[in-house]
Amino acid sequence: MSSLSASENTPSVTTVKPSPRPGPAPVVRPAVKVENVSVTYRTTWEKRPTLKEAMTRFGRGERAVREVEALKNVSFEVPEGTALGIIGSNGAGKSTLIRTIGGILPPTEGRIEVHGRISALLALGVGFNLSLSGRENVMLGGLASGLTRKEVLERNQDIEDFAELGDFMDMPIRTYSSGMRSRLAFAVAVHMEPDILMIDEAMSAGDARFKEKAAAKMHELMGSARAMFLVSHALASIEDLCTRAIWLEKGHLMMEGAPEDVVKAYMAHVGVKLDTLAREDL
Amino acid sequence: MSVQTQADHGFTPEFQVYEPHKTGIPPLKPYVKELWRRRQFASELSSSTLRAGNAQTMFGRLWLVLNPLLLAMVYYLLVNILSKNKGGISYLDHLVAGVFGFYYVSGTLSSGAVSVVGSGALIANMSFPRLLMPLSALRSGFFKFLPTLPVFFVIHAIASATQSSTQAKLYPVNWSFVQLGGIYFVLCMTLFGAGIGTIFAALQVYFRDMSSFLPYMNRIWLYLSPVLWTIQTVPGRLERFMVFNPLFSILGGWTDMLTEGRVPPLGIWVRAAAWSVGIFVAGSLFFMSREREFAVRL
Repeated sequence: MSSLSASENTPSVTTVKPSPRPGPAPVVRPAVKVENVSVTYRTTWEKRPTLKEAMTRFGRGERAVREVEALKNVSFEVPEGTALGIIGSNGAGKSTLIRTIGGILPPTEGRIEVHGRISALLALGVGFNLSLSGRENVMLGGLASGLTRKEVLERNQDIEDFAELGDFMDMPIRTYSSGMRSRLAFAVAVHMEPDILMIDEAMSAGDARFKEKAAAKMHELMGSARAMFLVSHALASIEDLCTRAIWLEKGHLMMEGAPEDVVKAYMAHVGVKLDTLAREDL
Repeated sequence: MSVQTQADHGFTPEFQVYEPHKTGIPPLKPYVKELWRRRQFASELSSSTLRAGNAQTMFGRLWLVLNPLLLAMVYYLLVNILSKNKGGISYLDHLVAGVFGFYYVSGTLSSGAVSVVGSGALIANMSFPRLLMPLSALRSGFFKFLPTLPVFFVIHAIASATQSSTQAKLYPVNWSFVQLGGIYFVLCMTLFGAGIGTIFAALQVYFRDMSSFLPYMNRIWLYLSPVLWTIQTVPGRLERFMVFNPLFSILGGWTDMLTEGRVPPLGIWVRAAAWSVGIFVAGSLFFMSREREFAVRL
């Protein structure tokens, strides 16, 4: 791509040189390799499938499941040190892609290679049990992601300090505001010391000050993490934080390249004028 | 390819490969390894759920015992009023042992059933062996069952001290070392509860109204199991069908040993073990074969 060099900060033309760390790194290993991945899943029409519905449907001779083609033949590589932004309209397959890389959804076709331990922060409000306290939820989230009790306790203080919830740490999550929930979710995800960090829509909640703090933390993590995935509708933060971006549309990979170019192409596609307000709110 | 062999297909190894899975059971060895590695999660989930269900308050804990005890009282009154049962306190002893045992299994079944759908966000956003959810429900069930045992032994002590000779003939109440054999049947209840809870946990994902049928199913199952009657006094019409009721051998053996100190016939031991191991294995395999679909179904 010829337009790549124009908007890139670094002078390199062909590829984005990822490694911010000094020292010899002649071969850049891919942290994540996605090869011809398609994800089709079967789901029911109803939000809440019931036996009663199933029986009435059977009586009428209707089909219960529909197939959703969430990703169609998507391939890309994420070299170590990359912060990959993922953009696209609602229902484009962004969350499905993240979930598939995270090992939550199996691919229907293709193959995914992941080098490293993944901490996923998917759609806000992660795996939180509403009737348990923040502290208990941190413990549960940590244990579920494979840490030991001791390891979670070691990180507890950092998480508390970062989330700035104060006394709310010991209150049930149902008493939290949505901003507080996302602050806690974000704090947990970034303190699990993952090799690969995945963040889905994290920037959309939380106040301005926390957004800034979160962005700073992500910059800091880029030094230690092997790769980072950021799914966001806030295009400005994609441009700000990511070294590379992909654009998904109805399950197809439309474009891969420098964040500025991909954002520009995406905005041209959806027909939004390039002003800051739209870039924040998209 | 050498990398292929390193890939673990596990949940958090250093290098993973995700490929289309053939419908069926995931590789068992890494699955069980991961399950074991995250056992702390299951126990933490169960103990914090117990805490949240105010099990830490005095009354909350009392309620765990009071609930099955009151149920036993209701049946005791019912049976004593409706039939010419002469068992008295000795009958109560048998009844309480049976109800507590039954409650262990049915409680595990009902909380296991909602364990997966009740944790939607966790399952949609994290990758871990889903079997941890029903197993955590099993642990909660076990810790609700434990405090009922001292209550039973108090009733047992009263019954053995005060029973009349007619009562003793109908429903013997004894102290004996044989009672320790009850542990075998607790083990059977545990395995069976785990298996059946796991099956219903998976079914609940597909049919959300399943949990509203469960209370009725449980009630009928209670009447068909040796709780209100013993394996010696099984109603004639039912006897032929008892091969099909796992709880006949499991609860029957349990009540026999614990109340009468009698060693049940070999058939009861074998059937109890066969049912519980069979249901446990079948339930876990069924659950594991479906669990990768849960994330999109929730």
